[in-house]
Amino acid sequence: MDSDEESFGKSDSGHNSPTDDEDDFPMEMDQPPVKEKAMETDEYPYETLTTENIVQTMIDCIDDINSVLNLPKTTTRILLNHFKWDKEKLLERYFESNQEKFFRDAHVVNPFNKPKLKNKPKVPSSGLEECEICLSTFPPNMMTGLECGHRFCTNCWGEYLTTKIMEEGLGQTIACAAHNCDILVDDVTVTKLVPDLRVKVKYQLLITNSFVECNRLLRWCPSVDCTCAIKVQYVEYRPVQCRCGHIFCFQCGENWHDPVQCRILKKWIKKCDDDSETSNWIAANTKECPNCNVTIEKNGGCNHMVCKNQSCKYDFCWVCLGPWEPHGSSWYNCNRYDEDEAKAARDAQERLRSSLARYLHYYNRYMNHMQSLKFEHKLYASVKEKMEEMQQHNMSWIEVQFLKKAVDILCQCRQTLMYTYVFAYYLKKNNQLLIFEDNQKDLESATETLSEYLERDITSENLADIKQKVQDKYR
Amino acid sequence: MNKMTNPHRRLQKELADLKSAGLKSFRDISVHDDNILFWTGLILPENPPYNKGAFRIEINFPAEYPFKPPRITFRTKIYHPNIDEKGQVCLPIISTENWKPATKTDQVIQALIALVNDPEPEHPLRADIAEEFLKDKKKFNKNAEEFTKKNSEKRVD
Repeated sequence: MDSDEESFGKSDSGHNSPTDDEDDFPMEMDQPPVKEKAMETDEYPYETLTTENIVQTMIDCIDDINSVLNLPKTTTRILLNHFKWDKEKLLERYFESNQEKFFRDAHVVNPFNKPKLKNKPKVPSSGLEECEICLSTFPPNMMTGLECGHRFCTNCWGEYLTTKIMEEGLGQTIACAAHNCDILVDDVTVTKLVPDLRVKVKYQLLITNSFVECNRLLRWCPSVDCTCAIKVQYVEYRPVQCRCGHIFCFQCGENWHDPVQCRILKKWIKKCDDDSETSNWIAANTKECPNCNVTIEKNGGCNHMVCKNQSCKYDFCWVCLGPWEPHGSSWYNCNRYDEDEAKAARDAQERLRSSLARYLHYYNRYMNHMQSLKFEHKLYASVKEKMEEMQQHNMSWIEVQFLKKAVDILCQCRQTLMYTYVFAYYLKKNNQLLIFEDNQKDLESATETLSEYLERDITSENLADIKQKVQDKYR
Repeated sequence: MNKMTNPHRRLQKELADLKSAGLKSFRDISVHDDNILFWTGLILPENPPYNKGAFRIEINFPAEYPFKPPRITFRTKIYHPNIDEKGQVCLPIISTENWKPATKTDQVIQALIALVNDPEPEHPLRADIAEEFLKDKKKFNKNAEEFTKKNSEKRVD
């Protein structure tokens, strides 16, 4: 745990660190909605791209390069993909390094130096060419190949590309089918040679996907069934909202997790997923049989243990793990074992136990808010009913919107609260932690009160009253 | 559709070519049970410590051949860093990523023979043998030779 704390201490200088809290204590933690607004005015420009926009962005990118280099578009696309769509890097390398090597590294044939005679297809006197894949002969118009000069029949090409696309999920990185040839197949050739529309669609998807994934400034919206991507101007730990409504952290793609940083969150999620806590529990609550090493959980008060392993049945003392025999007559002998070694072992177990308790403390609260957050989503439905009901009680549509807004804010509070426990878990125990915990407490109690109001049935008598209270709370 | 006949046609041709080529280190090539997708043959390495024996291998061609690579298994036990106890061998040329449909069985066999003759302990299937190969070549040679004597088939040179 030590390392966790230390690494956190180094990294919390930026966002919402406990030191910031000290200055404007009621502002920082108490009211995440306010902070959210501050974020927006802080200006983090980003845009949502649909699949068509992404394809257009790729084309624009290719055109940009071509206005300088004037190469075939298909070659430019392969080059860009090789440089992970980093235009500057591509141009820099193009002008600084050996051109021959530049094209070879990207697995394309140098367009200025085509190997005219190399790999020249064998054309027998019959005028038919042999396809090296199916070993059949075809008239030249049924044979095709890339700049490298290896020609195969269109049938075999189609079959080969289909296998690569559908079964191996390759997009921009399919090489020529010839033995030892690493020249890449360009997108126009693929589209021309693949017969099946389904395969073409998959291919398009694969190349867009690799475009988004290797581009640092783009990230797919992680919500299920959403095909949009977010484009930013620089990468930062910031919330972005996709067209589908999903809000996530651009830097790591997780749900927006203020105040925890991405790195810490990742660590936490890994910790929760790991079995490490299970093994911590085992270490804290069990001992191993000193004879056969089977893991034993003590379920009664008696310290005289008999191993239940049928082939072992060893009698031993739970306290000192020594054989039971000498204990029978003079139990207190066991105390004398309490020397350095035994003490160290017990201390280690004690430490494990308390660190497990500490983790569970934070974990339970974290999970509880996550659970509540799920329940709050149900609240939207019931709130909608209430809003309709209120409109029948002489309130205008505008006037009742506060309820939906309140639930929005409730969800935000829950989410923030959830992550404050992760944050706290990785904080060192000091004054700042105390201040943080105070803020956390305030937010938590405010959230619970708000939650209570929203779940309470709204009757006509206390309508105005409710509105007042709810509005007071969500501010 | 010729998708079904394709592997058969090519394999018949490859088999005929291989048989007529009369390779010194790959012999006794036959098709198992009339199934053209299942070949067996004898590898006769040239380099010690394996040059005293012959090793039976199986070549399995998938129905999608040549768009998917063949699989090779050793039927004769061999003491080799790159071939495990089950007879599986790690040959880059027939891995899914590297496989090219224009690669011929002949080229695959050549690559296999080269690997048997000159083990590659850098990416072993049997770490223990690879370690011995690197650290104590004498002991490795002795073990491999004895193992070959005991387990391999007779060579008919």
